[in-house]
Amino acid sequence: MYSLIVAEAAIFTIFVVAYIFYIGKSATGPQPQDVLSAPIFFTICLLSSSLTIHVALRFLKNGKVNSFALWWLLTIVLGALFLAGTAREWRRLIYQEGLTIQTNLFGTTYYSLVGLHAFHVTVGLLALATVALFTLLRHVRQEHAERVEVLSMYWHFVDAVWVVVFVVVYIVGR
Amino acid sequence: MSTESIAWSTPQVAAQRPVVERLHDWVTTVDHKRLGILYILYALVFLVIGGVEATVLRIQLIRPHNDFVSPQVFNRMFTMHGTTMIFFAVMPILFGFANYLIPLMIGARDMAFPRLNAFSFWLTAFGGLLLYFSFVGGDGLYGAGNAPDVGWFAYAPLTSKTFSVGHSTDFWTLSLLVSGFGSIGTAINIITTVLCMRCPGMTLGRMPLLAWLNLTMAGLVVLAISPLTAAQLMLLVDRYLGGHFFDTQAGGSAVMWMHFFWVFGHPEVYVLVIPAFAFASEIIPVFSRKAIFGYPVMVAATICIAFIGMSVWAHHMFTVGMSAAGNTFFVLSTMAIAVPTGIKIFNWLATIWGGQIDFKTPMLFCVAFLFQFLIAGLTGIMLGAAPFNWQLGNSYFVIAHFHYVIVGAILFTLFGAFYYWFPKMSGRMYNEALGKLHFWLFVIGFHLTFDFMHIPGILGMPRRIYTYEPGRGWDTWNLIITIGVFFQAAGLLVFIGNLLWSYRRGKVAGSDPWDAWTLEWSTTSPPPTYNFATIPAIKSRRPLWDLKHPEDPDWQYE
Repeated sequence: MYSLIVAEAAIFTIFVVAYIFYIGKSATGPQPQDVLSAPIFFTICLLSSSLTIHVALRFLKNGKVNSFALWWLLTIVLGALFLAGTAREWRRLIYQEGLTIQTNLFGTTYYSLVGLHAFHVTVGLLALATVALFTLLRHVRQEHAERVEVLSMYWHFVDAVWVVVFVVVYIVGR
Repeated sequence: MSTESIAWSTPQVAAQRPVVERLHDWVTTVDHKRLGILYILYALVFLVIGGVEATVLRIQLIRPHNDFVSPQVFNRMFTMHGTTMIFFAVMPILFGFANYLIPLMIGARDMAFPRLNAFSFWLTAFGGLLLYFSFVGGDGLYGAGNAPDVGWFAYAPLTSKTFSVGHSTDFWTLSLLVSGFGSIGTAINIITTVLCMRCPGMTLGRMPLLAWLNLTMAGLVVLAISPLTAAQLMLLVDRYLGGHFFDTQAGGSAVMWMHFFWVFGHPEVYVLVIPAFAFASEIIPVFSRKAIFGYPVMVAATICIAFIGMSVWAHHMFTVGMSAAGNTFFVLSTMAIAVPTGIKIFNWLATIWGGQIDFKTPMLFCVAFLFQFLIAGLTGIMLGAAPFNWQLGNSYFVIAHFHYVIVGAILFTLFGAFYYWFPKMSGRMYNEALGKLHFWLFVIGFHLTFDFMHIPGILGMPRRIYTYEPGRGWDTWNLIITIGVFFQAAGLLVFIGNLLWSYRRGKVAGSDPWDAWTLEWSTTSPPPTYNFATIPAIKSRRPLWDLKHPEDPDWQYE
């Protein structure tokens, strides 16, 4: 999983580099400072989901499967909230601001970078939901903690990437 | 499951089973040895296809104003030749050997993730099929020409919709994307296997160099293939979603693609050559009857090469026009990489020095590798100097240089590895006379082709031209170059004939025909599915030496 994370980090690095390189190079509007506003609430949602998954894992390691299930579901809800936030932002950008992936360089790089991250969140959510399903069917027990931990590492990584994306897109990029 | 697998290891039982059932076993296998062999066979097919494409290129260039193929076909051929050889011939062969050998050498029963292993192989396999499907499906509705023709590094804006209508470029992109995921999967598997599956007593410092070097290679794959994946994703966004990453008219940058491609492209050279070093590091000691000279330094130099190799990519781009600071940095880092590489060459020489050298075919290939790799390195330093590069960039001198690396170093050690481990994989000895014939044909062909290729380069012949004017002093050289190709093709045919003949008729090899020292020779040839009946425990870098010489074991000195 560490190797996979390194590989994924390299992919994100390239997209981030492209984003930074193309800041302010768009031939036409809209520009990021006109249309972007930092999604503070949804960022808090995603980052706190790292905390809840950590707590969930602690419960599983101690054999408290019910508390694990509760915190695990909370993680999924927070992740889903974040995705909904991204969806709402994209809807606003596309229908009100008229920014699509074809509009200008900002659109191309913005949707690719944020979209790549949202894709990783989606994959993570699907995996989390699979574990949740198995938990509700009573298949997850204390001895599976190690495997679940691998998944939680992935989730922490996705959150960490968001910190970078947030800084690049919503702070540096504006 | 286990009883069935044991029955499989005896050839008589295998021969009686119906073909469909045996085929089914191969397709659904998760055994690292079978996947290794699948990788190797699959890559051999592509090696032959890529070789045929190279032959077409050379026949076209045999004399000025030749019209053996049209310019369009010529463009497709050099694109397909490069892409095929790098991604679907050499890389899968190296992965195949890594797959086959690493668990055997570190005393494990399989790779860490057998199913991921099978998945990676099939991704790579279907990636190759996807690339070649472009001959059928590349036209699309446009009649725009099949098969990619944008060169193996596919510079923008050639890949934009405007200049590359139809689907040929999409086939190229998707096939590299798919096989790239396969490569990343294999790399993760190799890293995990080497770090977590070693047998008792095998510390990192006692690991065979092949395992060390493949670990480094896998690390590079993880770091280098991912940028390629990212760049291909961007290209897809540009082509399908109307993005502007590499679209200069909307403010995008074509140079960006170059950077992204070479951030992958240069480490890729080390991904290919480090396993070649690995083969040399296993073969040379055995045929010199000496332990490898300077083991820790070899490991350190390898990691050093990988590390510096990540920061030299823009020496492919001197002619693009970078800042003086950029040029200086990449010249210096490129020169710096000669130091660890030189250390390795001296270590191999010191291993041979004073040894009882046995010039069997594998050793012959490795000795040729030493000479040729040295020359490749020297022309590399020449091209690494920016002013020299401005003169010779994109000329046949560059082609000669990197073929010296890829054929002269990588392919030669690969042939050595084939002969060296063929007895282990098949249980039979290869034919030594045919092996030597292959070696001499290939050495002659190689030098005819690639030595003389430097000269038209210096005389100003650019790469990728489909024909040229007579009377520029290029004619004779091109004729000689093409003659060399036929020697190489003959050598390759002898090689494949030797493999096929020896597989059926070769002498039975026994488990240790070379009197070697690493763990793969302690089990039967071919090894049973479970590799080792009992997991070995070792005390030194040469466990079989300890076993054969209990009076003077290695671990007393290490």
